[in-house]
Amino acid sequence: MDLALFYFLILGFAVLMYVLLDGFDLGVGILYPWFDQEGERDHLMRSISHVWDGNETWLVFGGVVLFAAFPAAYAGILSTFYLPIILMLFALIFRGVAFEYRFKAHRSRPYWDFAFSAGSATAAFCQGLILGSIVQGVNASHIQLDSWYWLSPFAILTGFSVMAGYALLGASYLYMKSRGRIQQHAGYLAKRLILVVMLAMLLVSLWTVLSSEDIRERWFDGMNFLYLSPLPLLTILFAVLAWQGLGDTAHEIRPFWYAAGIFALGFVGLVVSLFPYLMPNQLTIWDAAAPDSSLTFLLVGIVIFIPLILAYTLWGYRVFAGKVEDYQEGY
Amino acid sequence: MELDTALLSRLQFAFTVSFHIIFPSITIGLATLIAFWEGLWLKTHDPRYLQLAKFWIKPFAITFGMGVVSGIVLSYEFGTNFSKFSDIVGPVLGPLMAYEVLTAFFLEAGFLGVMLFGWQRVGRKLHFFSTVVVAIGTWISAFWIIVANSWMQTPQGHIIVDGQFHVASWFDVIFNPSMPYRLTHMLLASFITATFVVAGVSAYYLLKKQHMAFAKKGLSMTMWIALILAPLQALVGDHHGLNVKEHQPTKLAAMEGIWPAEEERVPLLLFAMPNMETESNDFELGIPSLGSLILTHSFDGAVQGLKAVPPEDRPNVPLVFWSFRVMVGLGFGMIGLAVLALWLRKRGTLFSNKPFLAALAVFTPSGVISVLAGWYVVEVGRQPWLVYNLVRTSEVVSPLPAERVLFTLIGFVVIYTLLLGVYLYFMRKLIKKGPPSMTHLEEQLIGMKAPGYALAWVKNLKHEDGEK
Repeated sequence: MDLALFYFLILGFAVLMYVLLDGFDLGVGILYPWFDQEGERDHLMRSISHVWDGNETWLVFGGVVLFAAFPAAYAGILSTFYLPIILMLFALIFRGVAFEYRFKAHRSRPYWDFAFSAGSATAAFCQGLILGSIVQGVNASHIQLDSWYWLSPFAILTGFSVMAGYALLGASYLYMKSRGRIQQHAGYLAKRLILVVMLAMLLVSLWTVLSSEDIRERWFDGMNFLYLSPLPLLTILFAVLAWQGLGDTAHEIRPFWYAAGIFALGFVGLVVSLFPYLMPNQLTIWDAAAPDSSLTFLLVGIVIFIPLILAYTLWGYRVFAGKVEDYQEGY
Repeated sequence: MELDTALLSRLQFAFTVSFHIIFPSITIGLATLIAFWEGLWLKTHDPRYLQLAKFWIKPFAITFGMGVVSGIVLSYEFGTNFSKFSDIVGPVLGPLMAYEVLTAFFLEAGFLGVMLFGWQRVGRKLHFFSTVVVAIGTWISAFWIIVANSWMQTPQGHIIVDGQFHVASWFDVIFNPSMPYRLTHMLLASFITATFVVAGVSAYYLLKKQHMAFAKKGLSMTMWIALILAPLQALVGDHHGLNVKEHQPTKLAAMEGIWPAEEERVPLLLFAMPNMETESNDFELGIPSLGSLILTHSFDGAVQGLKAVPPEDRPNVPLVFWSFRVMVGLGFGMIGLAVLALWLRKRGTLFSNKPFLAALAVFTPSGVISVLAGWYVVEVGRQPWLVYNLVRTSEVVSPLPAERVLFTLIGFVVIYTLLLGVYLYFMRKLIKKGPPSMTHLEEQLIGMKAPGYALAWVKNLKHEDGEK
């Protein structure tokens, strides 16, 4: 297999891991305003305080894989989306430090609550903005760094869609990790969010297909739609199954996995639309790929360390398996 | 005034990277100390070590958190502000940074959760293992980032194809000439930084007559460590300087304030105001020939000066010159305190000599300040190059609108100033709160199903500390 393609898969894997893992902990932050009792907010934050750092590492990993394997794309995408990226970083800073300071604060606790929820929501929105503008593509043959096109209506729609998606992951995570009122409330929110996410996915899909001829051809040319039809059909099926799981606490883990499945399918759909471009109509994975000497050197590390990382990450989650209430006092 | 994108991008990077380095330089050493204490506790069962580990893990946690959030910024800032640079050196630096994430960041993050929150969830040995892994993770992280930086200082092992740097030999890239010196110097600097943070806080407690037994243990241990590491650091620093002289003579000339293209009998300047206009030093005060002796190991050894290269190839001389003196001055201050501690220890007044304890308390941030000053020497001294002698900084910035960079720079300054204030506020709060009491440790040990003799020891110390 050619190396550029392999790294495209690795990059896709990193992004998917990031949106699933940091997705649920950003989602918990986005849901903060809907859990307004003091004890509830403690509970929400404790449910993710031992994993957020590892989850966010996937964002760093995605960034450096892009840097190492597709330096031209790293340079192009990051400088083009300068403001949304820096805003996302600002937001991640605020929510990140809130983990450390909120529990140690007394009078300033409401500020940390705000930093955490607003930071999580803004970071998610910025990620959606960037995603939307990448999908939409840059029309000019050269990158215009002084343009504002990343703030288009479509990008704003994808911004809110990603927020809703993360909130769904967060709600179904809380449903799995909680008991009693918090669990019920999370289940209630998750059901509403399933509807919102389905609507958002429909709107984004229609908008993309209607506005881009290339993407339309990719999906509807010849028999393509038949081959690709499992993607939308499975998405609907997972949504239905997640909905059912939310009504039945005997299967409280299932909704999270179905929500993750919806995300994964949406992501595959995105890849189908864009491949082989990293920036549509501008930069393919082969244009942007680093020389083989770099790709093979990193390959060794990826093959050895990714399985190890997955193993000890899983171990870390298992150590804290079960309900949040069962954890002992922190450090 | 016309805004300059290149200057603003450089200021932003300098500001964000300076802010970031404060935190890892503390956590690399502190993680190591915590692992050391936890290991001693497992081995000796002396609960005082557990108390040390359990107290310092809190400042460690908030410092680590600050390092994480400020570090993520950097991994994206190469691309946002230096897009051309990212494009042409990506094949060299990208994989190095990817290895840092693969072998260090995930490792630290994966075991940090257990280290901080897992005391009651895993056995004592597995917890110790997690702490050790986090500490080793911080070293590995330092290794890769130092490799990347050192390659930019002393590049080798690459070939340039169509303006892009490709790697001919990864061994040569990784083991470039300045890497071993910079890595040793930086790791030692981190250990010393943490050592003086712990010593300073312990001295503060002793001055306030609080948590005496705890503070004595911390102070005694750190002063032994400082006695070994601080002089060792001076030796390593000297070798590092010789390496700079060989590979980056212009940087060395700026550090020492040497202007003539070649100078014999170089004095060691104690004070000077390097003047880049007149290409000479104002108000020079130095010890004749000592510079030559240190740099060439002979009194009349010749050293290359700044005028050997044209003015546009020279760094900001006063900044490099003075940063270097701040670092060296503080370094000698730390050696002095460590030696003084040995003398006071012999006299039996280590824990009661007020001027000494006050000086140690003042020296709490000395390591952090030295690290910052040292990195200014390294980074400003390399200018105007980003990759020494190959890539000029001014030529590889992203062509962004200047006001946009100004906007984000102001954002960073406001946010980071706020964060630093908050960080110091909570550090102060943790220090005021003091270490966990023996009663508290006893309750936790019961939760951890500790052996009976470990509990008995805690009970003993509980009486010693005057707890009920």
